[in-house]
Order: sequence, then C-alpha cells, then structure tokens
Amino acid sequence: MTNPEGMLTWKDLEIGSIVAEPGNASQYQTGDWRSERPIFDNSKCIKCGICYIFCPEGCIEQNAEGYFEANLFYCKGCGICARECWTRAITIVPEEE
Amino acid sequence: MATKMGIEVSVAIGEAVRLANADVIAAYPITPQTHIVEHLAELVANGELDAQYIPVESEHSAMSACLGASAVGARTFTATAGQGLELMHEVLYVASSMRLPVIMTVANRALSAPLSVWGDHSDVMAVRDVGWIQIFTENGQEVVDNVLCAFRIGEDRRVLLPVMIHLDGFHLSHVIEPILFPEQSEVDQFLPPNQYPLPLDPSKPVSMGDFGPPIIYFETKWAQEVNLEAAREVILQCWNEFGKTFQRYYSPVECYHSEDAKVLLLTMGSFSETAMMAIDKMRRDGREVGLIRLRLWRPFPFGEIRQAVKNAEVLIVLDRALSFGGPGGPVCSEVKSALYGEDKKPRVIGFVGGLGGRDITPAGFEEIINRGIEISQKGSDQEFEIFGVRE
Repeated sequence: MTNPEGMLTWKDLEIGSIVAEPGNASQYQTGDWRSERPIFDNSKCIKCGICYIFCPEGCIEQNAEGYFEANLFYCKGCGICARECWTRAITIVPEEE
Repeated sequence: MATKMGIEVSVAIGEAVRLANADVIAAYPITPQTHIVEHLAELVANGELDAQYIPVESEHSAMSACLGASAVGARTFTATAGQGLELMHEVLYVASSMRLPVIMTVANRALSAPLSVWGDHSDVMAVRDVGWIQIFTENGQEVVDNVLCAFRIGEDRRVLLPVMIHLDGFHLSHVIEPILFPEQSEVDQFLPPNQYPLPLDPSKPVSMGDFGPPIIYFETKWAQEVNLEAAREVILQCWNEFGKTFQRYYSPVECYHSEDAKVLLLTMGSFSETAMMAIDKMRRDGREVGLIRLRLWRPFPFGEIRQAVKNAEVLIVLDRALSFGGPGGPVCSEVKSALYGEDKKPRVIGFVGGLGGRDITPAGFEEIINRGIEISQKGSDQEFEIFGVRE
C-alpha cells in the first residue's frame, strides 16, 4: 500500500480489498480513536516499566533518559497505564485540554 | 458429441460439477438439495471426480470452508436450500465482498415456520442483497448449462464473484428430465482453469478479509457495487459464447409471445414453463397475452426489462415470496421501480402465489392473467393480490 489508507480511492483497492503488502498494520493510526491522553510526570517516575508492560497497544517506549512516553500515533487513551502506575506518575486528561 | 440421458436434475447438477472438474465441495445436506451433494460425494468417493469433499456440521461451516478453498484458488462448489441458505447468510456477504467465486446451486425452499421443505422463493428473496450474481432456471437443462456458465462467469478475472443458480425445490430438483451433457473435451474448451489472481500462497503472503475502519469501508463497498455492475457484460458474453458452442442461448430476460402482447405475465423459475401452457391456450383463444421470464436476478436487468415490456399495457408479476408489511412481492416491487421513470410503461399488477410448494396450474395462470386485467381496468385498494389462499 503506497498511499496511507485514508487516501486510497475505491479504484486503488486490490480485488476484495486484499492486503498484498504484509506488515502494514503499523501504518494505521489507531491514535485517532483517542478521547483522552496520558500525561507522564517524570518527577514521580521510578522507571519500573509497568506502564510499558501493561500497554495493550504496545505504544509506550523508553527514552534515552530511561523515562517512558506514549506514541500518540497509536495510543488509544485507554488509561490502563495510569491505572497500573505504582507511583501515580501518569494521569489521563481529556483530549480537548 | 453430446450425450442425452434421462436423469434426476439434482444428479445432473452433480454431473455438471464433475464436468467442470471442481476441486473442492463443502456441503451440508438439506432437503430438497440433498441429492446434489449426495451424488457429488459418490463421485468423489468413487474416484470419478478428483476433488476434496469436506463434510461439515452446518451450512455456516459449509460456506466458510468454501471461502477458504476459493481463497487458495480452488474451483469450489456447494449447494443448499431454504433454512440452510439462511444459516449461511452472514458468510454469503463475505464471499462476495472478498470476491471469491464460489458456485452454489440453491434448490429453492420455503422458510419456517411452519416447517416446510417445499418450494417457493422466500429463501431467494432473503439473500437478494448479499452481492452474489443470481440466476433463475426453469428446467434441468438450464440448470446444467448455467452451472457450467457460472464457473466461467464467476472465475472470470473481470468478475471474480460468487454465483447462485436458483432451481425450484422438488418441482425441478427431484424430477427426471432428458438432459444433454457435453463431452468433457467440449467443457474443457469452454471452461478454462480457475486462476485466482491473488490466492493465499505462503510464497507470496497476502491478508484477506481484513478490518475495514470508517476511512476505507465505504470505498470497499463501492468497488464491490461497480464490480457487480461490470459483471453484466461478462454474463452476456458467456451466455453468447455458450450458445455458439452448445446451441442453447440464454438472456437476462426471456420473452415468450411477448412482442405484440397487450398483456404480459412475468414469472421466474420452473413456474414459467407452466405459465407458457396458459399463454399457448389463451393465444389459441385469440387473446393478446405473452410471458416474460426473469432469468438474471442480480445484477438486475433494468434495460432488458424496460425493453421487454415497453409495448404492453398491463404487466402482471407473480412473486413466490411475501415481503411482510411491504409492497407484496420483491420482484414486482423491483420491476415497478425499474419502470417508474419511464414515460411509456404498462400498468404493473402484483400477485403473490405458489408459497410453500402450492402448485399453480395452467388454468391458475389463466385466472391470474384475467384477474390482473380486471384490476388494471377497475383498480384495487390493495398493494398486491394473493392467489390461491382459501377464504
């Protein structure tokens, strides 16, 4: 798929909407489902990685300083990271704020 | 040189599938379709057809297995009827959306309740919008011929769609008729091997039947609609080619004494042959009546219908299904909608009859035509007429 999915016209589709290019699910922006986003307070973070382990989307990554951040291209704002965080370093805020 | 033999129509369908050299048959027996898949099971067991026969636990599984088989590029066949077609329902949409050319004969049967194994078109009409090409047949020869055509149409690169061949349960499925079978070499010539362009293949992986979020779903549906519309041309070409090869021609709308007829009756399936007897008799009596038979149900033959009825004053449509709380018969309502924008059109009168295996005799068709003419003159406060219900 050379175009992003949202740009494809009906004429661009393969027969039966077959996906002929393996592994292109990563091009799909699941982040546009999000109505809330996680905010990481690194002053409370103990770098345990529980948020990374529990994230169902696999979108939390550790940065060079060892802190964790969510990739908002994929983050659906489910809030599991905030719920599991032992030190309450993650808060979930509405997208419009 | 073709071979003519007296044979049960269901068994003849099995023979047609053998001649088509199907690779996979996945089916669940259900009356009045059982003899079709029973004969195919015999052919496979006896080594007369080199195919995988997959016995499944339900029609839902039968159609699902057919999807998998078709997805790897296998020539795939199944058959069902009535409740079985209903149980397949959700998978039927998947076959057409995924563009998998599964071929299926449906021995048309009434739907429960009350339980009825006898024929009508309730099952056909319930799957009207599933995106399959659908063809009505009137006799055993037509079923055999159209099974062969269905493989060629469905598997054509320009089509790649599943095809349903409708035959009336019992009235057609269980009768013994003289049928001409072409030679294997003639069928091989007419029907090229199935070459699905993007099959499931480990050396070239593809994903089929994926998730379609709002940003792409509508595009997939429009592509499907455009494709089904485009299939018209291929269907006509195939029937034309079939006619040239085997001297039996088929069209989306078949006409019988309709050219000069003031009053036309429209039927589909095996009842058309009985209706012809009524037309013959009325013609002998000097009446200007004719018959139109709907062969292609999807894609709907708008142009051919308009052309066939344009000189008539009255068009009587007999449906063998009820749309409860609706406009009567589904075929009649579609015919009306096809004619709505025409400047010159016949008055369309809808009848519903022949439900659950109830016969309509030639005298019955004559009664329907006479009653239709009466309504066209006097009007009626009903959306449609019923024929044959005891008061």
